[in-house]
Amino acid sequence: MRKDIGMETLDYDVAIVGTGLAGLRTAIEVLRRDKGKLGLRVAVISKIYLMRSHSVSAEGGTSAVLYPEEGDSFELMAWDTIKGSDFLADQDAVWRFVHIATQEIRLIERWGVPWNRREDGRIEQRWFGGLSFPRATYAQDKTGFFEMRALYDTLLKYDNWDRFDENFVTSIVIENNEFKGFTAIDLKTGNFRYFRAKAGVIATGGAGQLYRITSMAASSTGDGYGLAYNAGLPLKDMEFVQFHPTGLVPRGILITEAARGEGAYLVNKDGERFMQKYAPSKMELAPRDIVSRAIMKEIMEGRGVYDEKSGLYHVWLDMRHLGKDRIEQRLPFIREIGLKYLGIDIVDQPLPIRPTVHYNMGGIHVDIDGKVLSSSGMPVKGLWAAGEAACVSIHGSNRLGSNGTNECLVYGYIVGNDVYNYIEKERPSLPSPSQNLLLAEEDRIFGKLLGKESGGEDVYQIKDELKDTMEKYVHVYRTGSEIEKAVTKIRELKERYKNIRLSDRSRIFNYNLEHALELGFMLDLAEVIAQGALLRTESRGAHARLDYPNRDDANWLKHTIALKGPDGPSFSYIPVKITMWKPVARVY
Amino acid sequence: MKVRIRRFDGQKEWWQDYEVDAKPSDTVLDVLNRIREKQDHTLAFRQSCQMGSCGSCGMVINGLPALACQTRIGELKTESIRLEPLYNYKVIKDLVVDLNDFVNKHRSVKPWMIRKNPEELEEAPTEFKVTPEQNLTFVQFDYCIMCGICLAACPTVAIDPLFLGPQALGQAYRYIADPRDEGFEERIDILDDSHGVWRCHFAGACSYVCPKGVDPAKAIQYLKKDILKYRLLHKKRASTKPAELVQKAPPPNAPKPPPFDFKVEGGV
Ligand SMILES: Cc1cc2nc3c(=O)[nH]c(=O)nc-3n(C[C@H](O)[C@H](O)[C@H](O)COP(=O)(O)OP(=O)(O)OC[C@H]3O[C@@H](n4cnc5c(N)ncnc54)[C@H](O)[C@@H]3O)c2cc1C
Ligand code: SF4
Ligand code: FES
Repeated sequence: MRKDIGMETLDYDVAIVGTGLAGLRTAIEVLRRDKGKLGLRVAVISKIYLMRSHSVSAEGGTSAVLYPEEGDSFELMAWDTIKGSDFLADQDAVWRFVHIATQEIRLIERWGVPWNRREDGRIEQRWFGGLSFPRATYAQDKTGFFEMRALYDTLLKYDNWDRFDENFVTSIVIENNEFKGFTAIDLKTGNFRYFRAKAGVIATGGAGQLYRITSMAASSTGDGYGLAYNAGLPLKDMEFVQFHPTGLVPRGILITEAARGEGAYLVNKDGERFMQKYAPSKMELAPRDIVSRAIMKEIMEGRGVYDEKSGLYHVWLDMRHLGKDRIEQRLPFIREIGLKYLGIDIVDQPLPIRPTVHYNMGGIHVDIDGKVLSSSGMPVKGLWAAGEAACVSIHGSNRLGSNGTNECLVYGYIVGNDVYNYIEKERPSLPSPSQNLLLAEEDRIFGKLLGKESGGEDVYQIKDELKDTMEKYVHVYRTGSEIEKAVTKIRELKERYKNIRLSDRSRIFNYNLEHALELGFMLDLAEVIAQGALLRTESRGAHARLDYPNRDDANWLKHTIALKGPDGPSFSYIPVKITMWKPVARVY
Repeated sequence: MKVRIRRFDGQKEWWQDYEVDAKPSDTVLDVLNRIREKQDHTLAFRQSCQMGSCGSCGMVINGLPALACQTRIGELKTESIRLEPLYNYKVIKDLVVDLNDFVNKHRSVKPWMIRKNPEELEEAPTEFKVTPEQNLTFVQFDYCIMCGICLAACPTVAIDPLFLGPQALGQAYRYIADPRDEGFEERIDILDDSHGVWRCHFAGACSYVCPKGVDPAKAIQYLKKDILKYRLLHKKRASTKPAELVQKAPPPNAPKPPPFDFKVEGGV
């Protein structure tokens, strides 16, 4: 049965999906460059209210070189990033990134970010994991929140854009390697929409919801990856999923790395600061992959603490020695989280923590300008991706803390400019896709999914099983036989997904429908992650194989590329761009 | 535990009861997710960050507007929970309310950095100097997560739909108090209006319910003071526009104004 509702077409010069730091920064850059010159009209689309995007949760800091006169340098920041990436980062991209980050910090300062300050009124910075200079620029422990506020507020000052809050994008329309728009559901009415645009930007963030314990928002379901994958575009390096070492037990809420930047200790059940065994010089401030591995090792070897309520093992994060004043000034939100969720005051008690899923290093395969690349390696005309949704790659196999928000800002700036240059130079006209393509998408959603009368599978049951599978078999430590179990299970879930039936048949705010579409993306993505992890027979950064414990540069110093095929993903590999820094052993 | 939810499907309204397992450490949002995932897929409510920073999950919990993700069952100290959509908004479905008016009011106070020379906002070879003490003058007002909870508690919003409301006014003050901003004069006529700061009679409910400690009521009092001072110095009338009639009737579909003497044990 097909519900006939008709399609609404909305015409724009630029359509941006996702309004985290990356999407907002891109929108501002397009409008700011234009200043009415071309009169570009921008559609800003998000499945939740624009200002609620997951970026608000970023806590600890945003790295940039602000004080070369005090010993920091672009070379040092690039080196930290590349070493942190376990040498899988593309070095040309990193080099460009570290330069633009500096100007972005100061620009958003002017737009209102209340950076913490030194006594003399200049911007203050602090330590973060894997840095050789304290260059994490911060606004209390709500850095991403304040950045989002400043960008959202600044966007409000411009006129030539329309907001589409609570519009869920369901597909990217591409024909002949040319971008032709996005299709979406307006959640408020349930209407089907076609955003016809000359240029499109995907800034849909990451996919933490594949796992049970995650610091990422309920909206971080990896839709952008799924959209690209379904459109036949390559995904890069998806097997590298970052586990943040300090997720609050039991739900995985983030305790920022800034806590350790300020001096917090990690302690096992015997009261031992165990990082001295794993990273004797950096201790608690080693990069995330190393600290997460260390915590899991402690737990696996019986030195974890058992939490009866949740049935989870954990270690302690101890901040007592920092003192109340320092905690109130620099970590007020962490204190609030401890009190609200566990009734623990970090001033006089340690917090129970364990690794929590936090970030996707991989993403939509883009070039150094953020242009989305097709399977042939050529850019798709008119399509860009930025932020966590994209993989340039700056983070390689492990992102340094405080290098996510700045990537969003830097790539918002780069992509905004690239989009503007493209329209200014090429003067593209509005695309005209074949109607069948749009009708088929409408039918997929409203006919085949919403209108489906048969089938007994439940969206939430499948999602639950998927999360458990990923949590159990594709975690910090992986082994071939375990990953195989995950792959088998994911295939089974994909089969069962074909049989789902929605119990909400209404149109207005049908979350059941939205969750079903998200689950479709998540299942594909899980398969790409697990199979990619199975194939990569080495340990590098966030991908740690117990059966292949060493990094293997001879065979694996390369990016994974996954493409959708009729029976699951197919894989190929491309070289890493190495300019100045040759891979060396990673010791901290 | 019994959970009673005020539901609305676009046409009819009803109360629905659910029986759920809940631990004292669960949040109201956990309980809602459990209901939606295990019992009733049609239940509509918003959520995203699950850690009190995105502002999605505002609703009325046992008569008090609060964030579902930051309200633990244990602290409610009641046998059952009663959930309603935020007061003073048009309800779209179940616990989902229409926020368009809310975001428009916010935008109307020009909540962005204004400089006499706008170019200063576009080029940044270096930063503005702001001392840690100066930061403290406005940063509290920058905590606003735009959850809209304060409007649900405000007795003035309930009777004057044109009132800018605590959130928008608080955000105007956030910029006005910022030593980097020079936009006071550009904003003053928007604020100095019968539906602006003067409509607030300092009930203080907004500050009481605000989950982020923004204290919009304080911001509004500071604004009043700043405006009066400015008008005195510049010998202008406090308002150049004639006062408009207050619309007496509550907006269509707006539920009764919230009870004022909230005393749910544990509080927010
Ligand atoms: C708890 C936490 C703390 C962090 N702390 C730091 C830190 O201190 N420093 C740092 O550098 N990094 C940090 N990070 C990482 C960083 O915050 C993120 O990588 C970054 O914010 C991602 O921003 P984004 O713009 O790419 O996407 P997001 O902010 O995730 O936004 C995604 C957007 O896409 C929209 N969207 C998604 N799917 C669809 C769809 N189908 N249709 C329409 N819209 C859609 C969403 O609505 C949303 O607007 C942290 C991450 C977490 C989880
Ligand atoms: S002032 Fe407080 S209650 Fe009002 S919208 Fe902002 S955070 Fe919410
Ligand atoms: S879900 Fe974000 S504030 Fe509650």
